[in-house]
Amino acid sequence: MQAMQASSDGMVVYDDVSKFFPVRIRPGQKERPEFMVALDRVNATVRKGELITLLGPSGCGKTTLLRLTAGLIAADEGRITIEGTRVTAPRKDACMVFQNFGLLPWRTVLGNVEFPLEIDGVGASERRDLARHFIDLVGLAAFAEHYPHELSGGMQQRVGIARALMRKPILIFMDEPFGALDAQTREQLQEDFLTIWSRTGATVVFVTHSIDEALFLSDRIFVFNTAPGRIRTIVESPVAAERLGGDVRTHPDFGKYRAELRDMLRSDP
Amino acid sequence: MSALQEMPPRKSVAAPQPTLPQRLREVLTSPNAIRTASVAVFFVIWEYYGRRMDPIFMAPPSAIFDAALQLIQSGALKKALIQTLWPFSVGMALTVVVGIALGIVMAQWRTLEYVLDPFINALYAIPRIALVPLIILWAGLEFVGKVTILVSVAIFPITVNTFAGIRDVRGSMLEIGRAYGATEWQIFWKIILPAAVPFIMAGIRLAVGLAIIGIIVAEFFTAISGLGGMIVEYANVFATAKLFVPIIVIAIVGVVLTELVMWLERRMSRWRQLERERF
Repeated sequence: MQAMQASSDGMVVYDDVSKFFPVRIRPGQKERPEFMVALDRVNATVRKGELITLLGPSGCGKTTLLRLTAGLIAADEGRITIEGTRVTAPRKDACMVFQNFGLLPWRTVLGNVEFPLEIDGVGASERRDLARHFIDLVGLAAFAEHYPHELSGGMQQRVGIARALMRKPILIFMDEPFGALDAQTREQLQEDFLTIWSRTGATVVFVTHSIDEALFLSDRIFVFNTAPGRIRTIVESPVAAERLGGDVRTHPDFGKYRAELRDMLRSDP
Repeated sequence: MSALQEMPPRKSVAAPQPTLPQRLREVLTSPNAIRTASVAVFFVIWEYYGRRMDPIFMAPPSAIFDAALQLIQSGALKKALIQTLWPFSVGMALTVVVGIALGIVMAQWRTLEYVLDPFINALYAIPRIALVPLIILWAGLEFVGKVTILVSVAIFPITVNTFAGIRDVRGSMLEIGRAYGATEWQIFWKIILPAAVPFIMAGIRLAVGLAIIGIIVAEFFTAISGLGGMIVEYANVFATAKLFVPIIVIAIVGVVLTELVMWLERRMSRWRQLERERF
């Protein structure tokens, strides 16, 4: 391992990470297949206990970077390490919250939240107790026996969060988890998630295209470039320190920070 | 603002009480009342005209009822019923197990799909009834023959639906398992198979109907046992009242079995129904 990665506070280290996707060649063309560069030599470090957002428009490669980090797809160049270990497959101590909630519709809330520990072969009563604890934590105690489609979108994603907490992960991946929700529900979930996160101490990598969401949640914001996907700049959130004490959306300079970020996303580098 | 808040907010309001004539009307026009009335009228007309026709061609319900009592007392009906239901149960169990297994292996292994699908498609295209004489030639007229004919007729919807159900499982669904570190085996048992259950149950429902046709056709050809054999036997001697008895028994068995499978299907596919209602 290279010396620069060995720093003890590096939870996730990206070292020249690139990802290519094949481009479909029209029949009759005799060219060799080409690859589109989805991510081009990404270098960054996510520190232990941080909440990082990957911010950029759709198609910028931020979700690809998340999926690479989660071990769902493999990088074509470079390497990603989590706590010094190279990522080659999904890790059990790094759990995912999906964009469309990713619940199993034939399982109740309880059954869905138990799923990770069921995979791990944890005994039924132990995982049930733990599941009830986390269902309670996300405020769904009264809905434990309900099926996903009997719940609103916001409630479904609370189930998704409870499930991700079940293994007490060191790392939580969130792929635009609140993107499918209406504005009020989204803000409520952002607030509740922030509270829960501050109690778990887990490191979070959070994908979003919402500037407000990035400002509201993050310690640092990785701002993406499109085509090829690159991290254009890493911004320390100016309101990171205040965000756990109150609603930073009412911060007097919130609008100014938001405008700055929007300019970063719009301007060509 | 203040004017709006003078009245306390209402969470629910009482439904209006229906009057007696309204309630009566509701009962009399309920679907089940109409069904019962329809069947009753049908039987009355049948009885009326049935008595006026040549008993070789037609029998009224009362004569069929008498014939049924006679066949029950003599034990002939019970014997035929067992001769039909025993191979039916074995054949159906075999159909479900083999049908699902075939669907699974074809859906999970592309090579096996390509190996098997020409045969499946060819057999699917041939009216299975056309194979019955051949099957009898190979498997005989009795138990094994009946089971083989039933399986060959009923297995396709189960295999085809199991295959389609498994192939229909979305990638995002599989990704839940992958992201949480499930093994291939766990992904199959905890995600793929449960997701395919509604398809499989629909296949079983179709198979039950086909299986009843299959077993009766088998008994027509063999014509020596079971309810199908009974039909052929009484038709040959123009015992029309008796001829109706096995027909009605088959109808009852068919309705009961189909209702049973539909009940099971509703239970096991409830999540899918709910999911569909939502969108």
